[in-house]
Formats: sequence, C-alpha cells, structure tokens
Amino acid sequence: MNRYPEIADRLMGLDEAVSRFVKDGCQLAIGGFTITRNPMAVAYEIVRQRVKDIHLVCHSNGQALDVLVGAGCVRRLEIAYGGNGRYAPTCVRFKKAVQRSEIEFEDYSNYQMSLRFLAGALSIPFIPTKSGLGSDLMNYEGFPAGIRKEEKVASKKYARMQNPFSEEKDEVVLLPALTPDVTILHAQFVGDDGTVRMKGLTFADIEQAKAADTVIVTCEDIVPRSFIRTDPDQNSLPPFFVDAIVKVPYGAHPTACYGFYDYDPRHLNLYRKMAEDDARFKEYLDEWVYGVSSWDDYLTKVGMEMILKIKANPVIGYAPGLDRK
Amino acid sequence: MIQYSDNEMMALAAGRFIKDGDIVFAGTGVSILAATAAKRIFAPKAVIFFETGGIDPSLDEIPMAVADLRAMAGTSLNSGLIEAFSIVGHRKLHTVAFLGAAQIDRYGNLNTTCIGDYFKPKTRFSGSGGACDVATFASGVITFMQHEKRRFVEKLDYLTSVGWYKGGNSRKELGLRRGGALAVVTNLGVLRFHEETKEMYLTEYFPGVTIDKIVESTGFPIDTSMAVEAEAPTPGELQILREEVDPQRLICQAILEAPQK
Repeated sequence: MNRYPEIADRLMGLDEAVSRFVKDGCQLAIGGFTITRNPMAVAYEIVRQRVKDIHLVCHSNGQALDVLVGAGCVRRLEIAYGGNGRYAPTCVRFKKAVQRSEIEFEDYSNYQMSLRFLAGALSIPFIPTKSGLGSDLMNYEGFPAGIRKEEKVASKKYARMQNPFSEEKDEVVLLPALTPDVTILHAQFVGDDGTVRMKGLTFADIEQAKAADTVIVTCEDIVPRSFIRTDPDQNSLPPFFVDAIVKVPYGAHPTACYGFYDYDPRHLNLYRKMAEDDARFKEYLDEWVYGVSSWDDYLTKVGMEMILKIKANPVIGYAPGLDRK
Repeated sequence: MIQYSDNEMMALAAGRFIKDGDIVFAGTGVSILAATAAKRIFAPKAVIFFETGGIDPSLDEIPMAVADLRAMAGTSLNSGLIEAFSIVGHRKLHTVAFLGAAQIDRYGNLNTTCIGDYFKPKTRFSGSGGACDVATFASGVITFMQHEKRRFVEKLDYLTSVGWYKGGNSRKELGLRRGGALAVVTNLGVLRFHEETKEMYLTEYFPGVTIDKIVESTGFPIDTSMAVEAEAPTPGELQILREEVDPQRLICQAILEAPQK
C-alpha cells in the first residue's frame, strides 16, 4: 500500500535520487551553511556512486563541500567560503585541493553567490550589486579562458557598469546568474503533498532550489498535508519545485538540523584530524562512506550515545550543555 | 593581579566601540565574544545579527560558527543571506561589523583568501564569505588580528575586503557611499585610522605591552604619538564574560585562529 499517493512518483531512496539526477559533469548547488543542514546523506551517496567532474557552486558550504572535494568528485568550484567555524577555520580537503591545483576554482563572496542564485530563480541573466568594488575578487578570474564557452560557465566572472539612472559617476558590479542542474538540500519536514518546510535559518536554500533544474530534498520526516497546510506561513517551497524526496532521519549529520539535532563535535574533530593526512582521509571515506551499507548502518556507527547527546531540545532548538570542544 | 587571556582583552577592547542602537554584525571566535560582551556590558540596546540571517538571538550559549543553531535560537527573526545583507547596508541603520583576517594593510584592507599566488597559493584560507560584502556595506568595520609583522603588511597577497582602499578619498571614488575601517583590535593593542589620510595609527597598547613591541610587529611605519595604555579588564567585566557570555569557556581561553569571520 502506498502511504503517500500524492508524492509516490517522487519518493525514492538515496541511491535512486543520486543515480537518476546527479550526473557526471553536472552543476550542483548544496543547501545549508558550514556546520548546519548540509545534505550529508546525499553527499555521501554521490561519493559512493563515484560521480565525477562535478561543477560545484557554493556560498559557504562547509562539510558537504569538503567531503565532495576530498573524494575527488569535484572538478570545478565556484565558492565564497570553505570553512567549518571553529572545527576547521578552512575546510581541510578544499584547502589541499586548491594548494595542489587539483581543481579549477573561482572566488566570489556570500552575498554575490546568493544574488547569483536569486538571479537564476528570477530568470534574469545578471544582477547588480556594489559588493566587489575595489576587491581582488574583481581582478582575478579563477577559471581558465578555455572553459568560458562551456555550458553553465559564465562568459566572464563579472562585468562593471555605470548606473544608467544616474548622471553622476556611480559604478555597479554585474554578477552572472546561476542555474544549477541540481540543488540538493535537507529540510526538517516534507508534507505528504510535497510542500517543504525548513526550520531555523534558511540561508540561500530557497533561492538555490528555485534556480535549479532539478531539486532533491532529504528530510527528517514526512508529515501529513493537514499539518503542513495548517500554518503555511512556515513553509519554504511549494511541491512543484521538488523532483525527488528522500526521508533520511539525521540526514545532515555530522552537521546540525535546527529543532532535531546539534552538530556532532566529536565527528567534526575526527574528520578534521583524518582529513589532514591523505592516507587517513582515505580511511575515513572507507570507514564512513564506502564501508557503510545503508544510512541505518551509518547511524549505528555514530552510536546511540552520540545520537542522544546531540539530540536537540525541541523547544530550544539545539542541545544545551553539549560538550562542543 | 587579575589574569585574563588575549581573547578576553580583545573582546572587551572591541566591545567598547559599540553604542546603544548599533546593529552589530558578528562572526565567530573572538568576534562573537566581543559582540556579546558589548551587548551585556557596554550597549544593552545594541542588536547582534549574523550574515546567515539570525537577528537578535538570545545567545545563552556561544555560537561556534555563524550557522550554529545558537545563532537562530531566541531570535526576533530567522531569515536568510539576502535578508541579512539587506540589513548590513541599510541606510536607516548604523551597522558595525566584526571581521578577522590573515593579512591587513595600512588602510585596513583585508586578506582572507590566500598567502602567495592566488592560483598556486602557499596557504589557502576560507575566502571572502560575507567579509567583502560587509566591508562594502557596513557603517564601520572592526577587525581582529594577531599582531605580527607577516600579517601587518605593506602589500596584501590578495585584497578580499576593502577598507580605506588606497587612502584619502579613494574608497568613495570607488563608488562606495559609506563605511570603511573603524578600528583594528589585536592581541597587543588598538589601532584606528587618520581622518584624512586614512592611514592606520596606534591609539592604545594593552597593559604589559610596549610601544616598541607593536612597532616591531607591524610591517609598515605607524604613528604612535597618540597612543595611551588601555584600561585592563575589570573583575566585573571578566565575570560577565566568563559566566554569562561564554560559560563553557570555549573562546575566552582559546588562542585566536586566523582568519575568522
């Protein structure tokens, strides 16, 4: 019996969502921010399926970005920030990949990347801002000229323009729109009608989803239409933006999910230590990604003790008193 | 004698810049310590917010990243990045941003991108994040630095975030209507910028620090003629820092890692 007839065609497992939608060479955007609400279960599945040559477009994606770069899935990266707060001021595998010239990369700022997703969502080709004037962001094109003609790569990083509504000198920066092939994000709830509800901060997830051709949403739980439509002001995306729905409790671990669980300091520290060394990073992937047979298996490895430690107080939203050293 | 860490001294020295009514853009590390200290000690009517979109969180525990769940608990509003940046540059608001950097020059321009060549860096850092944006839009920027010659440089390896650009009127000429570097708070003292030339000068040296030490630790000449010794933290201020702001002592004791945002 199908419990969710309205979304039956979109409800699937991690393996199917990735194999159907995340192709070699695709342009991918990731929801969440540094140590919160990264769609980690999907990121691990992308690694497991050994998807190659991804063109990743990021604002401040921390953990998922670092795992994908470290596992060799990413060829090309547009990024504002690669860091995990206190747990890795600079994401370790990202840092190594840039220092070793293993990936093509181009720097923007957070606001610029958010605006680029917004422009994509609005179906406009570019968007102006003042941010970037005077910065070397404007002076260094990261990508080699040869790839500028490729699909989904902007013909140039920025353009400048005089404000056409002013007689006085007033320069603005023009940012090219982004329309990723796929956006992956993790939400607290998806309704059985397909409506998405994210709690806490939404970062640029909504713009990233609306800018994309295809959206994969993992969620903590699937909830009845009667619940999600009672207080629609709380909702983030209508059903027709979502192409794949996967129920994955703790699907953002080791990053946090407001109202459900905190970040896992022990795991983030372990990750940083292992990521520092090439051989040990391979061990990390073998143990935590390639070596687990299912998401349940992964959570069993995390362990009940930690699952309970990071469990959020549902009223406060995080796990008060958690040892975060 | 009262014992205190560099981070505690820096947080208090920076917190003193914040006035009631200021909208404070906070990052992580010593920056969130300073913002919270400012609100709890010096300017209770200041509002703290994060680039991730959390506005006026209760901060019962200290966030370890700007996306920490603690930046979205007890807020007046949880929004997103675009909304947050609409606040940073809003003409009605006086916004003060706390940033960190790997390198700074005499005009308060910041590098959080790389050391060495951009394409083949000796050390790659996190990148701009929201730093370039707040440096563009905020009314003023206060930067936290470890005071070392290799960090206070004649020329940045990469200019991520604009301060006073090339000094004088050059920031305005770029097309930036407001803002600029307000102060730099280091583990040795506090520096500000000359009204006209926009060059960095020393205003305060911390107790136990000599002016010579600061001059030696700065990679360009600085005017020290107006410098005075900073007030040491009072027992009351330290008590608030340690018991209310950072009861888990996650940042009070920690050494400053660069760069932070």
